[in-house]
Amino acid sequence: MNFKQIKEKLKDKTVGIAGCGGLGSNCAVALARVGVGKLIIADFDIIEESNLNRQYYFYNQIGQKKVFCLEENIRLINPEIKIEAHDIKLDSTSLINIYNACDVIVEAFDKAEMKQMIIEAVSEKLPQTPLVVGLGVAGWGENNAIHSRKVDNLFICGDEAAETTEDLPPLAPKVGVVAHMQANIVLEILLKDQ
Amino acid sequence: MNITLNNRPETFEEDRLTISQILKLKKYSFRLLVVKINGKLIKKDQYNSVEVVDGDDVQILHMISGG
Repeated sequence: MNFKQIKEKLKDKTVGIAGCGGLGSNCAVALARVGVGKLIIADFDIIEESNLNRQYYFYNQIGQKKVFCLEENIRLINPEIKIEAHDIKLDSTSLINIYNACDVIVEAFDKAEMKQMIIEAVSEKLPQTPLVVGLGVAGWGENNAIHSRKVDNLFICGDEAAETTEDLPPLAPKVGVVAHMQANIVLEILLKDQ
Repeated sequence: MNITLNNRPETFEEDRLTISQILKLKKYSFRLLVVKINGKLIKKDQYNSVEVVDGDDVQILHMISGG
């Protein structure tokens, strides 16, 4: 498949991204670059200086809503992408309403509780929709521990071990690797799809 | 019984075990889990009641903060 054929195949696809932090902002930008037709993004948070060590935002965007800044940043890269931006703190009901028509959903939350919530909600309410999650992104190095695997319709990316702590922060290189692994799986699913 | 636990074959002396019993036997102490038996989601309030039997495919995923 050449890039023109890839773009043709991706232009009618919709990908939902739940959370616009380290995983979500980087994954969304990668998918926008290759031309996924529509991205549905959601986050309630504002950009802080401490986010810039890994999230796809700029210094002059500090203090603004992540979801609207991500929309703006994506438009600067690829103005043809349709973006639906939701300024909302997702819960098990709202996320199903927002993402029910997506071809694939990307879990890009920070907290373990939220990851559990979306995995349970999607496997109960949208069992046919592939869900790509990031598990274990903190720290640095140890490339070989990072992997991806499939459990039913759930695709897991990360090292499945390193939890964020004060002394093991999430940083651009490893979070970026996992976010792009998620985007890579999304592409694999979308391009396989007939 | 012989089951598959997180994609690996696993043998227990017991014929049936609840999820809570498996967590104890395997010394899993993770705070937040997602559990599936043969692809079916098992929620936390069912860990003491739903039983795993011979041949089951059990996935116990632990949730990790960071993103």
